[in-house]
Amino acid sequence: MHAGRRDIAVHARHRDSAVHARRREEEQLVVSVVPAGVLPGGARAVEETAPGPAELGPPARLWPSLVAVYRAQLSRARVARIPLLFVATFQSVGIAVMMRGVVDTGGEAQSVVAGSSVLVVAYVALNLLSQYFGQLRASGGLDHYATLPVPPAAVVLGAAAAYASFTVPGTLVTAVFGCVLFGLPLSNLWILVAVVPLAGAALAGLGAACGLLAPRPELATLLGQLGMSAALLLGVLPADRMPEIVRLARDLLPSTYGVEAYARTFGAHPDWAVVLADLGVCAGVGVVSLAVATWAYRRAAVR
Amino acid sequence: MRGLSKTYPAVRGRRGAPGTPQVRATDGVELEVRRGEVFGLLGPNGAGKSTLVRQLTGLLRPDSGSVEILGHDIVRHPERAARILAYLGQESSALDELTVSLAAETTGRLRGLDVRRARAERDAVLEELGLTPIAGRPLKKLSGGQRRLACFAAALVGRRSLLVLDEPTTGMDPVARRAVWAAVDRRRAEHGTTVLLVTHNVIEAETVLDRVAVLDQGRVIACDTPAGLKEQVADEVRVELVWRERAPLEVPEVAVLRERALESGRRWTLRLAPEEARAVVATVTGGAAFAALDDFTLATPSLEDVYLALGGAARQGLVKA
Repeated sequence: MHAGRRDIAVHARHRDSAVHARRREEEQLVVSVVPAGVLPGGARAVEETAPGPAELGPPARLWPSLVAVYRAQLSRARVARIPLLFVATFQSVGIAVMMRGVVDTGGEAQSVVAGSSVLVVAYVALNLLSQYFGQLRASGGLDHYATLPVPPAAVVLGAAAAYASFTVPGTLVTAVFGCVLFGLPLSNLWILVAVVPLAGAALAGLGAACGLLAPRPELATLLGQLGMSAALLLGVLPADRMPEIVRLARDLLPSTYGVEAYARTFGAHPDWAVVLADLGVCAGVGVVSLAVATWAYRRAAVR
Repeated sequence: MRGLSKTYPAVRGRRGAPGTPQVRATDGVELEVRRGEVFGLLGPNGAGKSTLVRQLTGLLRPDSGSVEILGHDIVRHPERAARILAYLGQESSALDELTVSLAAETTGRLRGLDVRRARAERDAVLEELGLTPIAGRPLKKLSGGQRRLACFAAALVGRRSLLVLDEPTTGMDPVARRAVWAAVDRRRAEHGTTVLLVTHNVIEAETVLDRVAVLDQGRVIACDTPAGLKEQVADEVRVELVWRERAPLEVPEVAVLRERALESGRRWTLRLAPEEARAVVATVTGGAAFAALDDFTLATPSLEDVYLALGGAARQGLVKA
């Protein structure tokens, strides 16, 4: 009786597939949006007689998959990130206001404005991205990417780029607000076009690496928070008031170079060579940290 | 139809996480799945099903042994797994904050489809599974079953010869469940797709699987068609007796039965040969015992019984050696 039922089931399936195929054909005639490769009946898939290795599906190439990851990550902002982006901006604006009472105008004001703007980048790219990857790794979400033929670099770079993009509005708002507050010129604000992506790359790379290397998600969160606190203390506070050892730590933090590059442009005659060198450090750290993050991803995905 | 096109001759062992005593999650598992088959992995929690699946999908390197899928050595080239199979894991956290439509499209793009094709396949799959009305909603906001269906949709975009599904229908209503199996059947009929299914649900296993392997403590303890497995316990009948208040142990026949029964409150479950079962039913439905009897059922074995009978360490029933 069982076998009889199965016969019927197989029968129905065949008829169904015929109907399905016909419908697909019609679709193609009318709208022709279904490319030929999608149509059923691809000879190689059905071939049962050839026992050789099956043809592999296409691998996803770096650039298209990077764009796909980037788009998907960006769309997450709408659902989950907007409140956090507000927090990031208000925090930085608040720090600028607070420092207004502490520092005078001049060089110190420049570093406060630059520091609080770059702090948005540190908050989002370092802290939030490290949390994201930490949680993704702990919950097994990386399996999803690991079972797709996508280059590890595409996942890491796509996510890092998206998180760096999240920082743009907050950084802009903070920078404009800070300049107005401290009476600094707005004319060289365009430098943010270089500062945000380069500092973003460096910090997002660090964040991703922390998130992917931390054995537990809490640890990833902690590392991200620590990194952000460091960026806050070492980036916003004027450097010449710090003891030697702290200044050394400041030099080790990649966000410092973003802050400095930006702060220098406020001067009447900025030394563009030094600005470029600062940005070069950011770029270098970005390349290294993203490479480390990619390696960490590969390690985390396949255990 | 008997083309043995896929073999998993494997002797695998995986050490447990550091700090815990060594655990062999999979221990010399050897399985062979045929092309176009719906093959099930059945077993209690911790039996090693997930470890096995992670090894098959290239997510976990086996300590020893080999995995071959459609002629490709997955241990040597784990990256090829992603180009042969689609994996539906139990976790959706990578897709949770995306809309249903974007989750499917992105997954298709990451399976190497170009934008046009990814969108066309996305639309076709969402339509097929009845997800079009909720295509614009983020997975996070959906019910568990709907979310699961959306993840299943993502797994189908970008055709693969092998679908590895880890409890795909958990939390789904019957309509969604039917949509899943219809979609699987269609792919099987049209493209000869092979399906490896991990499941707890024995009733579902009985209806959809061609063959099933029962795993226990990292070993395959049985592997056959559901009907074939049931035959192993076919000479047994399950008798369930429900007493009104307590079993009438003063009746000698009942007292004898007690040793062989699995007691759960007022309920006794017995596995007996058909003649014995008949005698038991005659005893309890007549005479003194009948007054104490609330209800009784007599059933032929289901896959559930096989599962329990073969279930090794996790068994609750009688062992059928």
